[in-house]
Amino acid sequence: MRIGTCVAAMAIALWGGGAFAQDSTAKAIQEYRDALQDGNPAELWEIKGEDLWKQPRGPNKVSLEKCDIGLGPGVVKGAYARLPKYFKDTDRVDDLESRLVHCMVSLQGMSRADATRRVFGGPGAAADMEALVAYVTSQSKGVKMNVAVGHPKEREAFEMGQKVFYYRGGPHDFACATCHGEDNKRIRLQDLPNLTNQKDAQRAYTTWPAYRVSQGELRSFQWRLYDCFRQQRFPELLYGSDLSVALTMFLARNANGAAYAGPAIKR
Amino acid sequence: MADPMRIRAQIAGDKVEVRVLMSHEMETGQRRDNNGNIVPAWFIQNVTVNHGGRTVMSAQWGPAVAKNPFVHFRFSGGKVGERVSVTWTDNRGDKRTDEAAIIAG
Repeated sequence: MRIGTCVAAMAIALWGGGAFAQDSTAKAIQEYRDALQDGNPAELWEIKGEDLWKQPRGPNKVSLEKCDIGLGPGVVKGAYARLPKYFKDTDRVDDLESRLVHCMVSLQGMSRADATRRVFGGPGAAADMEALVAYVTSQSKGVKMNVAVGHPKEREAFEMGQKVFYYRGGPHDFACATCHGEDNKRIRLQDLPNLTNQKDAQRAYTTWPAYRVSQGELRSFQWRLYDCFRQQRFPELLYGSDLSVALTMFLARNANGAAYAGPAIKR
Repeated sequence: MADPMRIRAQIAGDKVEVRVLMSHEMETGQRRDNNGNIVPAWFIQNVTVNHGGRTVMSAQWGPAVAKNPFVHFRFSGGKVGERVSVTWTDNRGDKRTDEAAIIAG
C-alpha cells in the first residue's frame, strides 16, 4: 500500500516535471526567436537579391526588371501576397519561384536547366534563386495575403493542393496532415503548426521564406515543401512542379487576410 | 569579394546605436565535409568601426562567432548625416569596408 502510494506520487511528479520541461523549453525557444528578430541575416539575401534583380544576366543580358510576377512587368511591391496565381502567357498557375524561372528563360534567355541548376544554397555556395526570393518577398512585408481562386485553373490548383495535403503515402504512410492536422504536435522540440487551423496556417505561411539559423541559409517556400516531402519519405518534389505549386496554392490561400511578415528568421 | 554588410546607425537619446550584419561563412576549422576532409578555418579576426577619423569600436573575433554575424553597440558623439564605416578582416586576409550615414532616431 505504502509502496503503491509512493509510486503514484512519483508518477505524478514525473508527469508534472515532463510537462514543465516542455513548457519551459517552448518558452526558451520563443525567447531565442525573439532575441534573433533584430539583425535577421535574411537582409543580406534581400540586398543581394535586389542587385541580382536589377543586373543584366543570362545570354540576353537583360535584367528581371521587366519580369511580370503578377502585378505587371517589373512590379515587385505587394506581388508576393497575391501568389500563386494564374498567368495568361504561360496558361498555368505559377508560384513566385516557378514564375522567376519562367522569366529567366523567357526574358534572360537561360535554359530551364541553367535557371534551376542551383535553387537551394549549401555550405559555401549560396543560391541566386534564394536571394531573388528574399528580395521579392521582402517587398510584400505588411501586405495582406490576398490569393484568389477565381480562375478555373486556380481553383483546380487549390483543390489538388488540398488533396495532396491529406494524401497518405510513402513508407511511413504519412500525409502532410499527419503532422500538421492537429494541435500540439512536434518534431523533437519544434512545435509544428496545425495548418488546418486558420491562425496557425496564417502564421506559418506568412513567415516563409525564412533564414534558418541552424543551416545559415535563407530558405524559400519551395525548399520548405521539398524538405517536408523528404521528411515524409515521399518521392522527391520537383522544383516548380504543378504539384508543388498546387500545395503552395492551398497553403497560401488559407493564409488570406493575414499580413505577410517574411522573410522571417527561424531556428 | 565578400558580399556587402548591412549597416544601420541611428540616434538613440544622446548616443548612436549601430547595428551591423556581416555576410561571412565563419568556418570553425572543426567541421568535416561530405568526403571526411576538414573544412579549413575561415573567420573574421578583426572588426573596426570608425566615425570621423576615430575608432569607436574594435573587436578581435575567433571561430566561435556565428555565421553571418550581427553586431550591436552604441557610441557617443555622432550626429545625423555623419558617416560610420565598418571594416572587417578575416584570417585569409580578405577585407571588406562598408559605410552608412547616421539617421535620426
